[in-house]
Amino acid sequence: MSATTAGGVASMDVPMVLAEQVTKSFGSNEVLKGITLEVKRGEVMCLVGPSGSGKSTFLRCINHLEVLSAGRLSVDGELIGYREANGKLYEMAPKEAAKQRREIGMVFQRFNLFPHMTALQNVMEAPLRVKGLPKAKVEQTARDLLARVGLADRADYYPAHLSGGQQQRVAIARALAMEPKLMLFDEPTSALDPELVGEVLDVMKGLAKEGMTMIVVTHEMGFAREVADSLVFMDAGVVVESGLPSEVLANPRHARTQAFLSKVL
Amino acid sequence: MSATQPYGPAAGSTPPPLEATSTSEPIKAIRLRHPWRVVFAVLLVAIFAWFVVDAAFRPAYDWPAVGKYLFDRRISMAALVTIELTVFSMVIAIILGVILAVMRLSPNPVVKSVAWFYLWIFRGTPVYVQLTIWGLISLIYTSIDIGLPFMTPWISFSTNAALNTFTLAVIGLALNEAAYMAEIVRAGLLSVDKGQEEASVALGMSWSQTMTRVILPQSMRVIIPPTGNEVISMLKTTSLVTAVPFSLELFTRSRDISAETFNPIPLLIVASIWYLFFTSILMVGQYFLEKRFSRGVGDRQTDKSDPAAPSTGAITGVVPVIGAGQPTVVLPPKTDAPGTTGDGGAR
Repeated sequence: MSATTAGGVASMDVPMVLAEQVTKSFGSNEVLKGITLEVKRGEVMCLVGPSGSGKSTFLRCINHLEVLSAGRLSVDGELIGYREANGKLYEMAPKEAAKQRREIGMVFQRFNLFPHMTALQNVMEAPLRVKGLPKAKVEQTARDLLARVGLADRADYYPAHLSGGQQQRVAIARALAMEPKLMLFDEPTSALDPELVGEVLDVMKGLAKEGMTMIVVTHEMGFAREVADSLVFMDAGVVVESGLPSEVLANPRHARTQAFLSKVL
Repeated sequence: MSATQPYGPAAGSTPPPLEATSTSEPIKAIRLRHPWRVVFAVLLVAIFAWFVVDAAFRPAYDWPAVGKYLFDRRISMAALVTIELTVFSMVIAIILGVILAVMRLSPNPVVKSVAWFYLWIFRGTPVYVQLTIWGLISLIYTSIDIGLPFMTPWISFSTNAALNTFTLAVIGLALNEAAYMAEIVRAGLLSVDKGQEEASVALGMSWSQTMTRVILPQSMRVIIPPTGNEVISMLKTTSLVTAVPFSLELFTRSRDISAETFNPIPLLIVASIWYLFFTSILMVGQYFLEKRFSRGVGDRQTDKSDPAAPSTGAITGVVPVIGAGQPTVVLPPKTDAPGTTGDGGAR
């Protein structure tokens, strides 16, 4: 831990996520062309934009699933994926990177539940194996979490026997089981049937209300308007426009934002 | 955060299910007849029966001798040795195969090439030739030395004394089989969706935890059927260890006995019966293993009587499914209202 996060009060001033000129290339294809943004503690940020604009890639950079090509990215004042000493950056060992990821929950578009484990086992897996907490305690927490996402009676079901919406809610419970300080949502409702979208968004609204810091890549403009504290519109690897959701959605300043919103609203 | 109230939508009143009021009559029609099916069936049964009756009275089969040697002590001991050869070589081959498969998927090009080279050699030459070479290993390496290169070894023993023919047979079979197991395991590892690895990594799991808890258990479903094939194949390949030469397994022992009695046919039948007995047991074992590892995927615990459901639990010992992708996950019918917090439509 760096000195900035050592003191409880001082850490309140540090933004949860700070991205400075984040750049990412796959070969010669530059997907992110210098993203600079800040997410405050307890803030809900929605990332919107056309597909291929780099939203998901940026999200995956935050928990080091993708390695940055240039720029700096820190979570809670701590540089992601690198250690800085004497003005030099040192690549982190997998163990250290894993330790950082523990505190960042991630929810995927395609749920990615472990199909060979029941809902309960899915939620218990990481606290048991990664944190090494006692089983009885972990199970109690896991059951509470499943109850909170409305799936207490589905604890012993395998993912294949749950609907898409139920699977995604289990996935959220699984991420919450690690008690993260930041939650990343990568198009959490895009793979769902329309009638199942609401139940997942309801869970996310509940989380936001409790003060969880969240970054949500989404196409659900209604959710963005209602829940988000800030909205960032990305296109072709750059932040085109950002601000309060109500303002950006009602009066987009940039032509690209206007073009995009006219298609999705 | 406290466990206060559920996030999900409140369980509203669900409308009563629609009544299935079917008024149409079941179809009554004269069934289409298939006379040729009957003709072929009768013909096949007749040919088979004729063959069985003929075989029963043909003196060359010498059935009394088959009965006499089936439980001969020398034969049953040889059968035991065949099992030992199979089990030892298979266990080593699976362990080595997993290591080689992981090496082939390694980002390190040198590690990758070493695994590829191993496969190239051991899959590219006949197992009979390999077993013969292992039999002659003491001519190539007269002693086994343990120590630092170019220095006096700490321990040294003669190859002949250290490795008997049984050990050499196991080594020969295992090293050859490992090459095939490596490909099976690799196909299994690659069959697991990339998102599974990402999900585990995002939870903070280490590489080894991801492997042992998430990837390997899921790849088992793809690995087990062809591995069952390989075990059965291995059981039969043990008959080649006479090349080492090791002569105490089932086939060579049968040949040796018939060389004394000048009556080879009944002993070949005896050996075949034993082989068939073992492969049958293996097929049953494979059935239960497949069932165990298909948990959560394709199993129908909510509706076991569904005849349309693909039976992943069938004995597939002869169907290699290398490279078979993820099966389509069929969701159960959504009978309950989403987010129902109380007793849902599970019952």
